[in-house]
Amino acid sequence: MNGTSPTYAIKVQGLVKGFGEYPVLNGLDLTLDWGRRLTIFGANGSGKTTLLRLLSTQYRPDGGKIWVGGIERGQSPAAIRGMIGVVAHSPMIYEDLTCEENLRFFGRIFGLKGLGPRIDQVLGQVGLRQRADQRARTLSHGMQKRLAIARAILHDPPILLLDEPESGLDAEALEGLRNVIIGGAERSRTVVMATHNVEVGLAWADEVAVLGDGRIVYRAERHEVNEAHLRGAYLRRVEVAA
Amino acid sequence: MTALVRPALVLAWKDVMLELRSRDVLISSLVFALLTVVVFNFALDIEARTVDALAPGVLWVAFAFAGVLAMSRAFVIEKDKGSLDGLLLCPVSRDSLYFGKMLSLFLFMAVIEALLLPAFIILFDYSAFTWEMGVAMGLATLGFAIVGTLFSAIAVNTRSREIMLPVLFFPVVAPLIIGAVEVSTGAVGDVVGAMGAGRWLQLMAVFDVVFLFVCPWVFGLVMEE
Repeated sequence: MNGTSPTYAIKVQGLVKGFGEYPVLNGLDLTLDWGRRLTIFGANGSGKTTLLRLLSTQYRPDGGKIWVGGIERGQSPAAIRGMIGVVAHSPMIYEDLTCEENLRFFGRIFGLKGLGPRIDQVLGQVGLRQRADQRARTLSHGMQKRLAIARAILHDPPILLLDEPESGLDAEALEGLRNVIIGGAERSRTVVMATHNVEVGLAWADEVAVLGDGRIVYRAERHEVNEAHLRGAYLRRVEVAA
Repeated sequence: MTALVRPALVLAWKDVMLELRSRDVLISSLVFALLTVVVFNFALDIEARTVDALAPGVLWVAFAFAGVLAMSRAFVIEKDKGSLDGLLLCPVSRDSLYFGKMLSLFLFMAVIEALLLPAFIILFDYSAFTWEMGVAMGLATLGFAIVGTLFSAIAVNTRSREIMLPVLFFPVVAPLIIGAVEVSTGAVGDVVGAMGAGRWLQLMAVFDVVFLFVCPWVFGLVMEE
């Protein structure tokens, strides 16, 4: 099935990535077991988004190796893309299509069967069922974010990569997102989430990590984390970056 | 094969649906092409004896510039709200995405040409169409779509994409435009040029076939990061 241990949903070895003269990730190592939820904190520019884009095959690494779902990135990026759902800063939707049409389009590209009931289900999960026929252009920022979450889980991916998914969401949508991430409605997913929100990041995680100097500089199980220590480590990183 | 064709058709269907709602590409390109034809109609001293030599050039200038306008929009709609990233995250080959965008661009350009032709015929009192000219239109439009899809994808990530696209596009498609004008001029008049119309059509067909292999490959590299 894979080139490394099947235990890991995600495995990264010696990952290096830079943009021009600026190195962002510098020999980063990371493993994450199936069904675990990892929250990554880090200052602006620490490489959180870059790491997520590397994991989602949107960037090509300058060095090191990446396995997602047991598949080596260089072997079959398309297979990796079939296993992941991504929520990024931009909603990745078409504003002149309705919510239902957006999901139908991506569902058809993914080649999903039984699309009608599935669309209805995910729209219900993110609280957009009543707005299924509304064009995305007319939705608020938060509603577009909900649609982006619906798009990310439409194909029921076992792995979710989330870049500040909580930004712009109201309390109801946050609860819906929590259910999606923690898997109350479906199954337990493997989640890598980058955020600046310590409260949400801790509440939704099994493990936490802090990214700095292009590497993981702090990592602990959620129950081991002393929130004050984490905040201290995180804030020190932010100060160093500033 | 299905894995290549199905996503391409779905993507083209989405583009057509978006265009039917916004009409951004068709209206702007068609108006521009019509203006070009009208301006040339007044600017050139066209008489019955010169129309066969001059009119095809005007027609192809209008087609080419309208095509560039259509191309410039092809990937801009994908950049809004990050939907290009959404497409690139789908588990389909880059070839599928390329052929889907190419198909929709070909359809848009074919519609623009079909709508422009009656106006051109009326303004230039032009009625000497032949099958060679129809084939040349098909081959040139296909070639424009093949090359234009790639360059539109390249240009959309550059800061000066409106300038970059024609600068990249026109030098590459010059053989197509020259061929189309030569075939059109030769078909309606007595001037066939150094090569016969058949040779020009062969050249255009070879151009299309070569770039049909080259462009999807380069597109995959361009979209990699």
